[in-house]
Amino acid sequence: MTALTFTLKAELEQRIDVSPLTPDRLADKSASEIGAELLQYGNRQIRADELFSIEGQGSDRLIFRGSRKLDYIGKGMSQGEIRVEGDAGSYLGMHLKGGRIIVSGNVDAYAACEMKKGEILIRGNAGDFLGAALPGNKKGMAGGVVIVKGNVGDRVGDHLRRGAILIEGNAGNYLGSRMTAGTIAVLGEVGAHLGYAMNRGTVLLARTPASIPATFNDCGTHTLGFIPLLLKGFQGLETRFSEMSDTLKRVRRYAGDMCGLGKGEILVAL
Amino acid sequence: MNINGVQIDATFAEAFPMRATRVIITAQNLKWAYHAAQAMTGFATSVIACGCEAGIERELDPSETPDGRPGISALIFAMGGKTLAKQVETRAGQCVLTSPTSALFAGIHEGDKIPLGKNLRFFGDGFQISKRINGKRYWRVPVMDGEFLCEDTTCTVKAVGGGNFLILAESQPQALAACEAAIEAMKKIPNVIMPFPGGVVRSGSKVGSKYKALSASTNDAFCPTLKGQTRTDLSPEIESVMEIVIDGLTDDDIKKAMRVGIEAACSLGAENGIRRISAGNYGGKLGPFLFHLQEIMA
Repeated sequence: MTALTFTLKAELEQRIDVSPLTPDRLADKSASEIGAELLQYGNRQIRADELFSIEGQGSDRLIFRGSRKLDYIGKGMSQGEIRVEGDAGSYLGMHLKGGRIIVSGNVDAYAACEMKKGEILIRGNAGDFLGAALPGNKKGMAGGVVIVKGNVGDRVGDHLRRGAILIEGNAGNYLGSRMTAGTIAVLGEVGAHLGYAMNRGTVLLARTPASIPATFNDCGTHTLGFIPLLLKGFQGLETRFSEMSDTLKRVRRYAGDMCGLGKGEILVAL
Repeated sequence: MNINGVQIDATFAEAFPMRATRVIITAQNLKWAYHAAQAMTGFATSVIACGCEAGIERELDPSETPDGRPGISALIFAMGGKTLAKQVETRAGQCVLTSPTSALFAGIHEGDKIPLGKNLRFFGDGFQISKRINGKRYWRVPVMDGEFLCEDTTCTVKAVGGGNFLILAESQPQALAACEAAIEAMKKIPNVIMPFPGGVVRSGSKVGSKYKALSASTNDAFCPTLKGQTRTDLSPEIESVMEIVIDGLTDDDIKKAMRVGIEAACSLGAENGIRRISAGNYGGKLGPFLFHLQEIMA
């Protein structure tokens, strides 16, 4: 069965909310019903088939031929797969409850925000507040795995509660700020104010950062048994971290943020 | 039935339902995994007074363990889920948590959940860390040698306890040699343990006693020194009887273990003094599972 493919007919003038176009919400709908789905486009609503040429059938696999103005892709979906060919806008995979989203390009801010379960793979870069809580909320991503092959912006994992964010490029400032639990792992460089106001959780760094915040205390070097277990857990996912279970075991552990609860940790691979 | 000159009695072993779980203990090397596993499965020969029956099932290659270190799988059996949960928790806390470099994982993932590290985590005094990996929760408890890694829960399943057979020989050394051969063969069967010391019990019991306080007492019909004193089940040439008790996850597992064990014992044959194989038949008083020796060996 071919995937249900949404291709933009023209360049978008406004941002568009495509959250009605998920496998859950399109299940059992006919082609005409899908075309008649109303999408919020700027300050008005518009039929899906006015903006997209819609090809293919079924609703388990969707493909968006992307644009940076497509917001809320896969919002709240619980099963199936969405592929984005090109870039995606903001709030990709927000409130995701299951299934898989794969983006070949870059995504904007708040991807995977308040996500509960499932998998998001971003082959390009991700913007600020990846896996974070929405503004004013206190519970960020609470499960699942987010893999970013490129770089990420600032405040990634803000209020993270559970789940893993695996970044293969560099991370911006305030990585893991206000984390409650969960895991963030970074292969590249990290910016300033790492783990700012972090309560619990783990930030695992493959490279030694330029500096460790003064509010994190050195707990020494250790061989931690949970790291291979954690990394083995990513086997089957498209991430370089899964290949490191035999090599990444020994770390220097920093506990903090001592200005807060102080039970978070930054683990720096040795 | 006769195998290699050894008579197989037309009788059956009686077994009873139990609850069981499997745990996986890993450590820096096999030596320390064994230390933890032996401690955890110690004093667990019979539910009569130990609370549970436990034993080492087999060694695990690093490729088979969750954390990629050498390990041991152990099976623990008890009469009910609550008793099993209590036994698992106290044994994990006193024997595995305390053992250097150890980590503890569930070996059965379907069934009724019981705590493994769920409550042991409080030993961490607030410094414990939870990690959820592939849908399973693990606890990292800080201890003096580093961290104790423990899965949150393990699962219990229905199981069968008390499968057995008796080896009747012309002398004590010959009975023991046959038991050792049987245990060596039975250790290769998965899902079973032989919970007594070295897998062998020399004090087989019957149900009941002349003393009201006791629920079990010596199996006088198979005691060679009482041949002239009680209603014996032994012929004059039998000088020693030893029993192998088997607990298994299913009755099929017990049957497989009994078969290879009896085969190994019989391979020594009558020329080595092995004369009969019998079983603990309590006339239906002990449990609903009946293992007919001649059917198993057919």
